[in-house]
Amino acid sequence: MVNLQTSWEVRTLSQRASEALAGGQLGLTTGYLFAGLAGLAVFLAAMALVLVYAERKIAAHFQCRLGPMRVGWHGILQSVADSLKLLLKEDIVPTDADRFLHVLAPFMSLLAAILVLVMLPMSPALQVADVNIGVLYVTAVSGLGALGILLGGWSSNNKWSLLGAMRAGAQIISYEVSATLSLLVVVLFSGTLQLSKIVQSQADGWWIWRAPGVGLLAFAIYLIASVAEINRTPFDISEGESELTAGFHTEYSGMRFAFFFLAEFINMFVVSALAATLFLGGWMPFHIGGLATFNAAMDLIPPGAWFAAKSAFLIFVIMWFRWTFPRLRIDQLMRLEWKILLPIGFVNLFLAAMAVLFGFYFFPVQ
Amino acid sequence: MDYIFVLLSIVLAVLFVGGGLLVSRLVAPHHPGALKNAPYECGEKVFGSAHVQFNVGYYLFGLLFLVFDVEAAFLYPWAVVFREVGIAGLIEAGIFILVLVVGLVYAWRKGALEWV
Repeated sequence: MVNLQTSWEVRTLSQRASEALAGGQLGLTTGYLFAGLAGLAVFLAAMALVLVYAERKIAAHFQCRLGPMRVGWHGILQSVADSLKLLLKEDIVPTDADRFLHVLAPFMSLLAAILVLVMLPMSPALQVADVNIGVLYVTAVSGLGALGILLGGWSSNNKWSLLGAMRAGAQIISYEVSATLSLLVVVLFSGTLQLSKIVQSQADGWWIWRAPGVGLLAFAIYLIASVAEINRTPFDISEGESELTAGFHTEYSGMRFAFFFLAEFINMFVVSALAATLFLGGWMPFHIGGLATFNAAMDLIPPGAWFAAKSAFLIFVIMWFRWTFPRLRIDQLMRLEWKILLPIGFVNLFLAAMAVLFGFYFFPVQ
Repeated sequence: MDYIFVLLSIVLAVLFVGGGLLVSRLVAPHHPGALKNAPYECGEKVFGSAHVQFNVGYYLFGLLFLVFDVEAAFLYPWAVVFREVGIAGLIEAGIFILVLVVGLVYAWRKGALEWV
């Protein structure tokens, strides 16, 4: 064990599947394909249940309440009961609504979330697929979510829905620019778009502090922009229950409402996991370049646990935001993006390029 | 093979949502009514359609987004090969971004970034 960093070999599910295909084991190949899909479906449902419960509990404890306590031990089965109830509720399509688009919208919302999940590197052995244009793919695909919201809001033929959808559309596309610019900083540092390689490039230190200041600023911009992209408080003007009833999903009930809700929580996980992957080293343990004993001790904790811990922490931070910051008005929101975050993002990108050019960061890349 | 998984996950999304909707259709009640199906307007009688001409401000930001997002997409290949192209690449990307920043300043001075 001379060099720890080289021991992180990534084997994705699609690699295993193509190896099985090359070896002529058709049964094994289809097995891998189905395992990937079943895993994703179970992960999706479990993650949504856990996150809804976590959100309610955390919200409660921030307000010195107990939250759900009745169903199961400390209300642990509350979200299961809620989803069963939603399943039994009537599904209403309002008169004059565009029926086709109204039904299509939840599909689009969830599709965007699932398509990103496929690429997430959760640990060296736990990643479904890994394309060489990872970051670009993720930014492109997550844009589909906005489409789901716009379709849902417009097709409902409800004034609240329309207002919420338009606000969400303007907000998501605006903040997308800042998020993309801050992701560019990481791409500059690591010189690759492939998500697993970006994680591997952080073996000596995570990008957030490896380049002094630049990484931290990019992380902060990404966090703000992505919280805005998933319509969470303080940027939840598209739902703003005190002014728009429920925003774009006012006219949704029963299962189709549940899928919008699900997509929202999965998006929260996806955003946190991406921030953890790109800036906080993903599944990479906490390493300090040169301290072999310390690094070896850190390697004892499995990579999957590192990934889960980092994502969970960021999810907690996003939930924390909700009880700390008041909601912004739409004009404030647009000013924050176009007049503050965007110029800072450009300057930061330039500084990052300078840092790479002159090797001005800790533990230089080989 | 990676993209087969992408395709399969599209199928998964359709099955996941479609399956949920199907089960709900089988077990949930279904009694539509004229009043129940009316769009929600805080209990008042509905007046007019929601498909109306809308505030142009949203589209202005849509146009701005188009420019800057395409620009960011163009910068990705630059960022990947930046280590090889070095200072020349920095200058070229600088000129490219400068042109766009001029555009941003123009939009700013013209008041396109003000919310009305």
